[in-house]
Amino acid sequence: MKLTKEELDRFGEEMDAIRRRVLDDLGEEDAAYIRNVVKTQRAFEVAGRALFYLPPAWPLAVASLSISKILDNMEIGHNVMHGQYDWMGDPALSSRMYEWDNVCPSEQWKYSHNYIHHTYTNILGKDRDIGYGILRMDEDQPWHPYYLGNPVYAFLLMVFFEWGVAMHDLEVENIVAGRRKMSENKALHAGIMRKVKRQALKDYVLFPALTGPLFPMTLAGNATANLVRNIWAFNIIFCGHFPAGVATFSQEECEDESRGQWYYRQLLGSANITGGKLFHLMTGNLSHQIEHHLFPDLPARRYPEIAIEVREICERYGLAYNTGPLRKQLGSVAAKICRLALPDRRRTTSDAPVAAEPVAA
Amino acid sequence: MTLTQIGGRVLRSRAVAALTSPHGVDRYLEQINPMWAAHEVRARVVSVAREVDVAGHPPVATLTLQPTSTWRGHRAGQHVQLGVEIDGARRTTRVFSVSSPESRTGDRITITLRANPGGRVSRFLVERAEPGTVVHLTQAQGDFVLPDRVPEHVLMISGGSGITPVMSMLRTLQRRTHRGRITFLHYAQSPEHQIFATELDEVRRSGHGIDVHLLHPELGDPNLSPAFLERLVPGYRDVPTWACGPAPMIEAVRAAYDGSDALRLEYFKPPRTGSGAAGGELVFERSGRTATNTGASLLEQAEAAGLTPEFGCRMGICFSCTSRKTEGTVRNVLTGAESSLPDEDIQICVNAPVGDCAIEL
Repeated sequence: MKLTKEELDRFGEEMDAIRRRVLDDLGEEDAAYIRNVVKTQRAFEVAGRALFYLPPAWPLAVASLSISKILDNMEIGHNVMHGQYDWMGDPALSSRMYEWDNVCPSEQWKYSHNYIHHTYTNILGKDRDIGYGILRMDEDQPWHPYYLGNPVYAFLLMVFFEWGVAMHDLEVENIVAGRRKMSENKALHAGIMRKVKRQALKDYVLFPALTGPLFPMTLAGNATANLVRNIWAFNIIFCGHFPAGVATFSQEECEDESRGQWYYRQLLGSANITGGKLFHLMTGNLSHQIEHHLFPDLPARRYPEIAIEVREICERYGLAYNTGPLRKQLGSVAAKICRLALPDRRRTTSDAPVAAEPVAA
Repeated sequence: MTLTQIGGRVLRSRAVAALTSPHGVDRYLEQINPMWAAHEVRARVVSVAREVDVAGHPPVATLTLQPTSTWRGHRAGQHVQLGVEIDGARRTTRVFSVSSPESRTGDRITITLRANPGGRVSRFLVERAEPGTVVHLTQAQGDFVLPDRVPEHVLMISGGSGITPVMSMLRTLQRRTHRGRITFLHYAQSPEHQIFATELDEVRRSGHGIDVHLLHPELGDPNLSPAFLERLVPGYRDVPTWACGPAPMIEAVRAAYDGSDALRLEYFKPPRTGSGAAGGELVFERSGRTATNTGASLLEQAEAAGLTPEFGCRMGICFSCTSRKTEGTVRNVLTGAESSLPDEDIQICVNAPVGDCAIEL
């Protein structure tokens, strides 16, 4: 660790202070914001479904529906299920009730994402989001000939991302390794199948059927919208923890972690993407992955304002703040996926958490 | 069948549910008009009328509400949970008795309430709600109702704002032109504080077998006691009685009836008696905190331990506070029933631990 224990404690207190200040300030504007996003999402959804009746407008219909699904899953679903809007007391925006337009049942996702990933962020062997159990995303994952297919697996995961996320909870890799029993998955299977049936019925049977002779066009359009959402979500999410310079941690160094150390790990284990307002909205503000990991339950619309303070704090403590434009972060992730497909060439580079070089925004 | 009914049928159909999955049709209808709903119940405030306005005392008002077409009506004596969004953000729900006579699908209803100094919802409704304000409702609930076949003689006892459910009963009986005898006994602070004074005065003067007794013990009228009741209604213990009011009055009524099953009660706050047994250890599993069991409700003990569990009515009605008890015995302070089942979902506002108890909070 670069910081002394006292420094870490003070760092933690500064982060806690930001959190408290934002919590005390939550109110009408935050409520109006998320309601407005929901309204926009519903409008794009209805427009998308309706435009399939006009064959020449097919690309427009697909675009509308894609935007709807991206907003639903990211700025609304992901953030609502984090409990960011639970303080509003609105059942429609409650983390306990919200279900998203995605084949992964929200109940299971909340366990694997909110609990496992956000608690054990970037701890090898604990955080199952490192490679999602199928990819090699870190030097400290031992190489195996299976990983020669790393880029292919990554491509398939991107195309079928919502299915990957749903399957993620079944911990297939742990079953293969004998750490988990098939019987433990029974209840999960039922939940996934129920959700899959509902999603498939809507997108691949009912809405296409409602357009009569245009059935195949509508079916293809709905599948395309799901694909667009998959590709977009995969790319944004992979830029969150895998660009070069993002640190991973061993289980030993995270034992008996203090609050300050937890914040420190969240900060060094995440990376941001720079962009404009619309871009941040379409990423569900996961472009502020660092702020999201520091404060997962604060409304995401607050991340840009929080980011200014977090960067200032990082500069004072000499901590890396990993950010860059989408193409740079994506390029870095793609390079890592390909590089780690092969066995390590330089064994010396694999020592555990190295603080990232500060990257200019 | 009217057009509205056909529309309702369609909106509640399985086909529409499948098309609007996972959000449900109400999440779309509300975007167009908050008074459109297929399942949920909401209401628009039609008018707010001051019933009692004594300087230096909290005012009492009657709100006339136009519910959505989903309102299934209520039986005289029932209550609703009413949620308001204060400053457009934090929805808070409280329970109010309906004061208007029994209603049918879509009928207007009234609630009558005192703006309690510490009551956020009641103060909002009395002081800030205006025609057009939309509130959230549940269907009518509660067993404190008149039977379909009304007995020859009924006795109604109420105190303060506890008059509302029995007022609904009285008005209902008048509308049904009930031929039997009604004894209506109400306790208020002073004649100035009398809710529905004009209407009750008219009822008293018109006779028709309704005896109205408005009592003000602070001004020298007799307190509620077995002797007084016996003088007013000889053999009162066998007369079907409905009583509603503050806890001390309810206790006096309960004592006067000595376990008679002619008595039906409605109270606003759970009685303090019969809570759990103090002693033992309370474990809040999610937060990792522990406390010594004081015998108070789990909700109160969790709050005392610095936790902020979700809650609504705090009287065992709304289920907002439902949490999972993993082990231990709890006693329901309303019914006195004890339960020791592991992994049980309980309402923490009306359950108190008996000895050791672990809860997921």
